[in-house]
Amino acid sequence: MSGNITLNHGEGGRRTHELIRDVFMKKFGMVEPLTDSAILEGSLVFTTDAYVVDPLFFPGGNIGKLAVCGTVNDLAVSGALPEYIACSFIIEEGFPVNDLLVIVDSMAEAAENAGVRIVAGDTKVVGKGKCDKMFITTSGTGMLDVAKKYISTGERIKPGDRLIINGSLGNHAIAVLGARKQLSFTTPVSSDCAPLNHMIGEVLNNCNGVLFMRDLTRGGLGGVLNELSEIMGNGIVINESSIPVDEPVRGVCEILGFDPLYLANEGKVLIVSSKGMENQILDLLRQDPLGKDSAIIGEVTADKGGKVIIETASGGRRIIDMPSGVQLPRIC
Amino acid sequence: MCLSIPAKIVSIDGDMAEVSVGGSLFKAGLHMISDAKIGDYILLHAGFAIQKISEQEAAETLEILREMDDALNKEP
Amino acid sequence: MKYIDEYRDKGLIAKLADMITASVRRDYTFMEVCGGHTAAIHRFGIPYLLPENIKLISGPGCPVCVTGTDFIDTAIAYSQIDDVIITTFGDLIRVPGSESSLEKMNESGSDVRIVFSGLDALEIAKQNPQKKVIFLGIGFETTAPATAVTIKQAEKENVGNFFLLSAHKVMPPAMETIVKDGTSLDGFICPGHVAAVTGSAIFDFLPEKYNTACVVTGFEPADLLQAILMLVKQVNSNNPEVEIQYNRAVTVNGNQEARQYLNEVFEYCNARWRGFGLIEDSGLKLAGKYERFNAGSFATVEVSIHEEDRRCICPEILRGLKEPGDCPIFAKSCFPENPVGACMVSPEGACNAWYKYKVSR
Repeated sequence: MSGNITLNHGEGGRRTHELIRDVFMKKFGMVEPLTDSAILEGSLVFTTDAYVVDPLFFPGGNIGKLAVCGTVNDLAVSGALPEYIACSFIIEEGFPVNDLLVIVDSMAEAAENAGVRIVAGDTKVVGKGKCDKMFITTSGTGMLDVAKKYISTGERIKPGDRLIINGSLGNHAIAVLGARKQLSFTTPVSSDCAPLNHMIGEVLNNCNGVLFMRDLTRGGLGGVLNELSEIMGNGIVINESSIPVDEPVRGVCEILGFDPLYLANEGKVLIVSSKGMENQILDLLRQDPLGKDSAIIGEVTADKGGKVIIETASGGRRIIDMPSGVQLPRIC
Repeated sequence: MCLSIPAKIVSIDGDMAEVSVGGSLFKAGLHMISDAKIGDYILLHAGFAIQKISEQEAAETLEILREMDDALNKEP
Repeated sequence: MKYIDEYRDKGLIAKLADMITASVRRDYTFMEVCGGHTAAIHRFGIPYLLPENIKLISGPGCPVCVTGTDFIDTAIAYSQIDDVIITTFGDLIRVPGSESSLEKMNESGSDVRIVFSGLDALEIAKQNPQKKVIFLGIGFETTAPATAVTIKQAEKENVGNFFLLSAHKVMPPAMETIVKDGTSLDGFICPGHVAAVTGSAIFDFLPEKYNTACVVTGFEPADLLQAILMLVKQVNSNNPEVEIQYNRAVTVNGNQEARQYLNEVFEYCNARWRGFGLIEDSGLKLAGKYERFNAGSFATVEVSIHEEDRRCICPEILRGLKEPGDCPIFAKSCFPENPVGACMVSPEGACNAWYKYKVSR
C-alpha cells in the first residue's frame, strides 16, 4: 500500500479490508479469519471500536449510546456474555458540558439495559478544531463458552443452511443522514441502536442451531454477506421480498439513490441457522421486541464460486457485490 | 440522476411543496406544474416536480396489462 | 408505495415475461438511452427474464458518462479560485478529470458541495454573498428545465453571486447520430422522464426517417417489460412508430410550463459528447439575456485537451458498439472505487451497472 488514506478506506468495503489485511494484520501478526471480537485463551472475548458519528445526536440515540451498544453487540455476536466496557473520550475544547452529561447519561442507561459495567476510561481534551466535537473509543470483554467458538468462524456452515435477520434495514443510516439536515429532507425514522445481547442470549440458551453471527454495521447486509461468502467459499442466495425495509427508509433510498442492503445498522444481526432449525430460532427472536420483525431471508448454496445473489421482488436475479465507494461517511 | 420518483403532495406554500415518499418528506418546486393540489402525485426530480402523474392513465395501464394476458390465454 | 409497488408485482412480471417469450420470432436488439433505464434494467434483473434472442444494449443515456473530461477539468480549475464554491449533483464528484476529480479537490482544500437541487445551490449563494457559487448543470431535458427555473429564480431574487457552468444536452441528435452511423438496432427504449417534459413527439423522426421502433418507457420492471413487448410487436409487424408505454406521466406534447422555462433560458448549441465528438445542436447554453449567469462572465479558465486513457473503451460502449465485458480493463484495473472511465463511476453508467449487478447465465 502507498499514497494516502482516503475516506474510502473507512467505509467497511473492499478498501477497508485491504487496509486491514495488508497493513494491520500483517504488521500485528493477526491471523484469518478476522472476527468481530478476538477470542483469547479459549474463553475470554475482547473487542474494540471507535465512534465518530456525525452528528452526535440523532433520533433514537447519540454517540454515547452507540458506543456502548456497538461494543456490546460485537461481543454478543461471537456468542459471548458481555461483561465489562472501557471507554476513552477525545473531546474538542469548547464542548458544552450539558451535551457531555446527556451523552454520559445515555451510556450509563445503555450499560444498565445491557447488563454490563463500565469499569475503566480515559479522557483527553484537544484544542479547538483538532477533533470534530467528540470521538469515543470503547473496548469490551466477555466470556465465551469455548465450545461455541465456531459461531465466530463460521466453520460449521454447510449448503442449505438458512440466513436470518432480526428486522428492518437502514434505519440507523437514514436517521443519522436526516439529522445532518444537509439534504433537504425530513424523515420519521429513528436509529435502531440497541443492545442485542439479551435477545441473542435467549436464542443461544434455548437452541443449538446458531452456526454464525455478525452484526450489520458499516457496509450493511451486503457487506456482511460478501464477507461470509468469502469465509465459507460458498455462494449465498437471498430473497428481496423477505427483507424488511420500512417505508420511509425506502422513500429516502429511492429518491437519493441508496441501496438499503449497504446501509449501516446498529441493532441488527445476521444469524446463520442450521437447516431445519430456522423456525425455532425465528420464534425465539420474535419474542424479543428487538426481534419482532425477524425474517428468514435466504440460504447458503453449494455454489463454490462464492457469489452473493439476490432474487429481486419482481423475479429477476442480480449479484450483490462488496460495497464500493463512500456511501455515507461517519455514519457510526 | 435521472431518478424521478412518484411523490405525494402533502402541503403547499407558494411555489414550494412538501412531498412524501413512503413517509419521508422532501421539498419540491412547483414552478413547472399548474394547479397542483394536496393529494396529487408528482414526479420529483432534482428538487422539482416535473410532471403530474395521471391516476386514470395508471389505472388504464394496469387494466390493459390484465386484458392482454387474458387474450393471450384465450388464443388457440 | 403507490405507483411503484404495483409495477413490481412478481405475478405481473412473470406474465409479461411469458408474453414476450411467446411473441419473439427472430433476434431483436433494443437500445436504451437513459441512465435511469440502465440502472433499472440491471437492478431489477430484467435481462434474466428475457428470452435469449432479445439483446438490450446501452447507449449514451448517462449524462455524466457523455460529458467530456474538459468539463470536469474546467470545474476543477474554477474550484481552485479563492472565493469560489462549486455546487454539484453527487454523481459528478468522483468522475476522473485529466489529473484529479472534484472529490480530490475537496479533500485538498477547495469548497465543493453536493446538492440535490439547483435551488439548494441558490440558497448557498444567498447565504454566502461574499463568495461566487457555481452550479454544475448536467443532465438532459429532464433536468435542464429545473436549472432554467433556478436561473429565473436567481434573476427574480437578484442574486448576483450565482453562476452556471452548463453541460446540459438534449437526446434526439445523439439518437439520430447512432442510427445514422450504423449501430445495428431494431428499436429504442425511449427515455420516459425526458419525454415527460418534452412530449413523445420529439422521437417521431426516428420511425419516419429510419424505420426504428420507439416506445417511451417508464422505470419500473412492469414498464420495461411491457415496453419490450410493444417493441417486439412493432418489429414483428414491420410497423415502426412512437408508442407511449409510460402514459401515466407522458403525453405527446409534454409539460408546456417546463418547455417554456427551457426555451426561455436556454438556446441550442453544438456540444461534444464522449465517444461521438461534436454533435450539432445537441447542447444547451444560456440565452443572451441570461449570459451574466455564465461562470465565464466573472473569470475564464484555461484547460488543456488531454488524451483519454487508450485502454478505456467508454466511447464504444456509449455508442452501443461494445459491452462492458468487452473492455480489457473492466473489473481488472477499472472498478467503482478506482474508475478509469466515466461509465464506471456513475451509478447510471453501463460499466457500473454491469459490475454491480450482472449475473452471467
